[in-house]
Amino acid sequence: MADAQAPIKRPLSPHLQVYRLTLSMVMSGMHRITGLSLCAGLIMVTWWLLATAAGRNAHDTFTAFASSWIGLLILFGFSWALLHHLLGGLRYLVWDLGYWLENDEREWLVRANIIGSIALTVLLWAILVLSGMR
Amino acid sequence: MSMRTPLGRVVGFGSAKSGTEDFWLQRLTAIASIPLTIAGLVLVISLTGHSYSAVKQTLASPLVAVLLMLFVLANVLHMKIGVQIVIEDYVYDKNTKLTLLMLNIFFAWAIGLACFYAILKISFGV
Repeated sequence: MADAQAPIKRPLSPHLQVYRLTLSMVMSGMHRITGLSLCAGLIMVTWWLLATAAGRNAHDTFTAFASSWIGLLILFGFSWALLHHLLGGLRYLVWDLGYWLENDEREWLVRANIIGSIALTVLLWAILVLSGMR
Repeated sequence: MSMRTPLGRVVGFGSAKSGTEDFWLQRLTAIASIPLTIAGLVLVISLTGHSYSAVKQTLASPLVAVLLMLFVLANVLHMKIGVQIVIEDYVYDKNTKLTLLMLNIFFAWAIGLACFYAILKISFGV
């Protein structure tokens, strides 16, 4: 067993700290962070479905939470994380296939990811607010 | 202590002929999630501001119910692999890692089964 012996101090190879921080590096981290936060979003979806299945009272409890300011904040964050992760996923699929890997193309794609996710989130909530008024 | 070199010990064993399942499944479920998520957003938009009975009736329609189940299936599989990769990358302690990997699998199954149960219950109306 390796962990039975005293660990030998070996030199470590340099890691992330030797590289200049770039936008695509930050966005790689953001893809993981938004992905993890979507777990919380999926819990909200599960609650919504279970509450609808359980009956009117449970559904009312969910709607009351979802339309409270904290609920709306969570749903707003969820929708942005979802759209950011979806567009980020498309970006990785493009890169997996070997396209748009040049310097300016990568930068363009990363910026399109940020701007696209914010624009789509604002659009989604504009539609949601309008449809909530009917 | 074996006298054999590390190379000698592995030569002839070949690859495990597996190991890319998660890579493939992660991309498969990602692509499946694109239209399913758009459908989900359209569903949420169309249900906003409607009464409980209207929401229940819409969710009970066969097309919506099947699309919702596909949405849950694709996303739960995608979530399980994604969270597992994050745990494997950042958690170094063996016991903590094993515990978190197990909890991740339990979580994915619990979410998946709860959603399926709810969708079927709404659809069959019992």
